[in-house]
Amino acid sequence: METLTQLRDRIAALFPAADVVLATNPSPSAQHALRLDATHARAIATFLRDDPALQLDQCTNVTGIDWPEKEVVDVTRTTVPDPAGGAPRVVEEKTRRIEPGRLEVVYHLYSIALSHGPVVLRLVTGNRTDAVTLPSLTPVWRSAEFQEREVYDLFGIVFEGHPDLRRILMWDGFKDHPMRRDYREPDDYEWEPTPHGDVLAKAKQHYPAPAPSAPSTP
Amino acid sequence: MNASPFTNPSTGAHVRSVRSDLPGDLMEVSMGPHHPSTHGVFRMIVTLDGETIVRLKPVFGYLHRNHEKLAENTSYLGSMPYTDRLDYLNSMTNNWAYARAVEQLAGIAVPERAEYVRVILAELTRLLNHTCLAGFLMQDCGCSGTPLMYAFREREKILDLFESLSGSRMMCNYQRFGGCRVDPSADWLARARQLVEEYGPFLDEFEALLTGNEILLARTQGVGRLSAALAINAGVTGPMLRATGVNHDLRKVDGYGVYPRFQFRIPLGEHGDVYDRYMIRILEMRESLAILRQAFAGLPAGPIMNPAAKLRGFRPKVGEAYGRIEGPKGEIGFHLVSDGGPNPWRYHVRAPSFINLTILEDLCLGHTVADAVIILGSIDIVLGEVDR
Repeated sequence: METLTQLRDRIAALFPAADVVLATNPSPSAQHALRLDATHARAIATFLRDDPALQLDQCTNVTGIDWPEKEVVDVTRTTVPDPAGGAPRVVEEKTRRIEPGRLEVVYHLYSIALSHGPVVLRLVTGNRTDAVTLPSLTPVWRSAEFQEREVYDLFGIVFEGHPDLRRILMWDGFKDHPMRRDYREPDDYEWEPTPHGDVLAKAKQHYPAPAPSAPSTP
Repeated sequence: MNASPFTNPSTGAHVRSVRSDLPGDLMEVSMGPHHPSTHGVFRMIVTLDGETIVRLKPVFGYLHRNHEKLAENTSYLGSMPYTDRLDYLNSMTNNWAYARAVEQLAGIAVPERAEYVRVILAELTRLLNHTCLAGFLMQDCGCSGTPLMYAFREREKILDLFESLSGSRMMCNYQRFGGCRVDPSADWLARARQLVEEYGPFLDEFEALLTGNEILLARTQGVGRLSAALAINAGVTGPMLRATGVNHDLRKVDGYGVYPRFQFRIPLGEHGDVYDRYMIRILEMRESLAILRQAFAGLPAGPIMNPAAKLRGFRPKVGEAYGRIEGPKGEIGFHLVSDGGPNPWRYHVRAPSFINLTILEDLCLGHTVADAVIILGSIDIVLGEVDR
């Protein structure tokens, strides 16, 4: 199979308007990925499936990942020559920036026909609150059907064009998305007949203490 | 389906007991979640036209405990015992898949002896799973008890081996990143070898009981047909996929571990029906026996753990990896994302029986409820893995 860089260039030639970025993976697995923009994702996915040199006919795995907003410290080192003629100094400049939160879906593609893979696709949402819509790849690979439902259920990514987007593991009336990093269970979630510790503290907020029973008269 | 007077010409549905020209309402039946044929807590909302299924929606999640969230809140090693509880019949292969994903993530080498032991345990697990599946399938066909008890008798022998090696029958927690937890003794290997020698005659006996059985043939042939194109597109893996005739086995395709050193064949089906799925599993067990014999013969001496592998305080560098192996039910994979911390930032299980369920409705359309039961049985699901 061609390298991922060659593949990226080929996609860029075929879809000039598409924004395809090579996302490198520093781990020893070296499973690098292509980050696609949402607009062209389905067209590119169809191309990957149907191209005779690739034939990525199996979308094995779909994973959702949550990246909450976090503060990143960038360190830039500049070498300043000493005007007095001594050894140059290294000046460290720290800049803090806020990396915006986002949700991500990762697709692992393999080819059964040509026995190669994985080609990893990544799609990223705009944020974690209101721009959480991504195109569904279920029309391209049916195997994404239940897996995208799972990602919708647990992460709250809405897949546009999915034939049957419902909750799959949690029940229908459930409100939140439990795989998000900042998910907190409702504090009246647990009930125990003899609460103690944290559960007791939570229970006291929600359930009034039972009235003391009348002293038994002899 | 043959063109019998019982085939509805307009819908192509195979109607057995009602006149198709009678106007009638559709009926919705909720099968499960507490139904003995659902292999756990699984529900199918079935819409029936007479006796014919026209719509089927699986409902699950009753056993959901957010396994992935648990894993993200514990160390890499701490998740290993949890993987036992995914597909609780096949804890050895679950362990291996997870260990393999971590080994890919952190670049850990595995000693040769450990690779051989892993193959031995994975093939024993395959024997165990397929034997049980054949027994369960017969139970689903209405053959109450006998084949299942035969299967469970043999399963118990393999579980005894697992227990004496790992300390637990089903929750083995045996594989580690970079090797295995304990070295099998010479006595254990002799007993395992003995079991493998006795397994062939058991399979002969089992097959004499079942494979040519007229009732089994009548119930399973032509039922729940799956086409190769749909199977590939829907991500179906394992014996389900090979029963449709697609030659795809990760032991050959990825050649992970020491599998390329062994001679074995990949049985393939022709029709993709329930009978082929049953037969593939029987044939795979025979190949597993061949692999086991070669593995026992070639088992080298040496360390069982990579001494450089770190278990406690293990912090892989930033990155991610998707590791997969051929489990008895299909491709079991783990997708791990590390942010450099002691816990995985993201831990995702690619559960084969969860994804194989995608095509349940396609398989059941046009069949009766009784057929849906054996179609579900032939998919081979374990709810611990489906619901996670």
